[in-house]
Amino acid sequence: MSGATPRPIDEDDLLALVDGRLDPARRAFVEKWLGSHPEEAARVAADRDVRRRLREQLASIADEPIPERLRLTNFIPLRPEPVASRWPIAAAAAISLVIGGAGGWAGHAAMQAKPILERSGAGSATRDAVAAFRTFTAEVLHPVEVKADQEPHLIQWLSKRLGQPVLVPDLGAEGFHLMGGRVLPAGNTLAALLMYDDDQGTRLTLYSRVGAADGRSSFRYAREGDVAAFSWVEGGLSFVVTARIDEARLLRTAGTIDAQLRARTNATP
Amino acid sequence: MDEIARLIEPQIPALRRYAFALLRDREAADDLVQDTLERAVAAWSGRHRDGDVRAWLFKIERNLFLRMVQRRSRAGREVGSEALEQVPDPCADPEADTGVKDVLAGIAALPEEQRSVLLLIAVEDMSYAEAAEVLGIPVGTVMSRLSRARERMRGFIETGRNGFLRRVK
Repeated sequence: MSGATPRPIDEDDLLALVDGRLDPARRAFVEKWLGSHPEEAARVAADRDVRRRLREQLASIADEPIPERLRLTNFIPLRPEPVASRWPIAAAAAISLVIGGAGGWAGHAAMQAKPILERSGAGSATRDAVAAFRTFTAEVLHPVEVKADQEPHLIQWLSKRLGQPVLVPDLGAEGFHLMGGRVLPAGNTLAALLMYDDDQGTRLTLYSRVGAADGRSSFRYAREGDVAAFSWVEGGLSFVVTARIDEARLLRTAGTIDAQLRARTNATP
Repeated sequence: MDEIARLIEPQIPALRRYAFALLRDREAADDLVQDTLERAVAAWSGRHRDGDVRAWLFKIERNLFLRMVQRRSRAGREVGSEALEQVPDPCADPEADTGVKDVLAGIAALPEEQRSVLLLIAVEDMSYAEAAEVLGIPVGTVMSRLSRARERMRGFIETGRNGFLRRVK
């Protein structure tokens, strides 16, 4: 068949010529044909020009170093840490930021001046958790679906719906007491929302949902208006603790929750 | 976990470039990439082992972008899905800069399906088959969308905007 007439040139040939995707024999044939078809030749030249200009205008972005907030280490659990230094590095850094910023709310003000921090941790679990916090902590009559006086039933129900044993952490050391919990939709999976309050009536939520990567991550901080959140991943679940309290207290609470989760995980291999 | 970093990290610069070309806003583009990476890491174990990681990542990013555009247009007024196809990037106003024939303004005024085809093939150097995988359409549809995208871009370069085509004679 080598002596046969090549198939006629069509639209796909002209597209593939511009993209450099013709084999050498076909390319030579098409280019020769263009020599006697100035209208199509001008069109190919214009298409090549658009392609070149697009690539030029967009090249600089891909040449930039990857911004810190897009480093994969933000998303991937760190290497397993020795038990002695189990508190995540980011947590320690966040504490020193708060303490270093003249302590307490002065430190909080310093953090507020850095909006990039607010964005940097705001993953989809965090956004959903903050939305759930705003929705249900504002409830006077029905903040939770199952109340704390039915805690065994609550644990059983949430565990069954999420298909994972759900732990209800004891946050008494941080001054928070369980109010109860509920199940929430979360994309094509489900989330559990536990709500706590302290003696002043300050409410805090712990949001957890399945579908995260295995292993564990560091704590990530996010703030949306007056609401602060720390999120992390542990054993295939995403956790987000959310409240209108200062970062230091919220981070301590996150640490307490994380410690109880890991104690449970270690106890039941 | 090291495998994730080894396979995904090299794609981040290109994911940023595609996101910027779609949104033409640096901050919004990096937000989109961040969401993409989060989704990718979470879904890593469920992906096809032998699949093309680049196509998989771009597919996640584009789907997140489409969801965002859909949410935005729903927040505005009710539009059908056919109408959405014709809605150009909301930041694009080709009439505003008729003087400067900026190719980025040109692609922003394309319907998204043509814009993505052109970007994936001309800028990201994807094969037609790889672009088809990202977009979830047959290769033949990739070719016809690419053809329409190039035709409109020629019109844009010629006239300064791509709404009205003038055939080059």
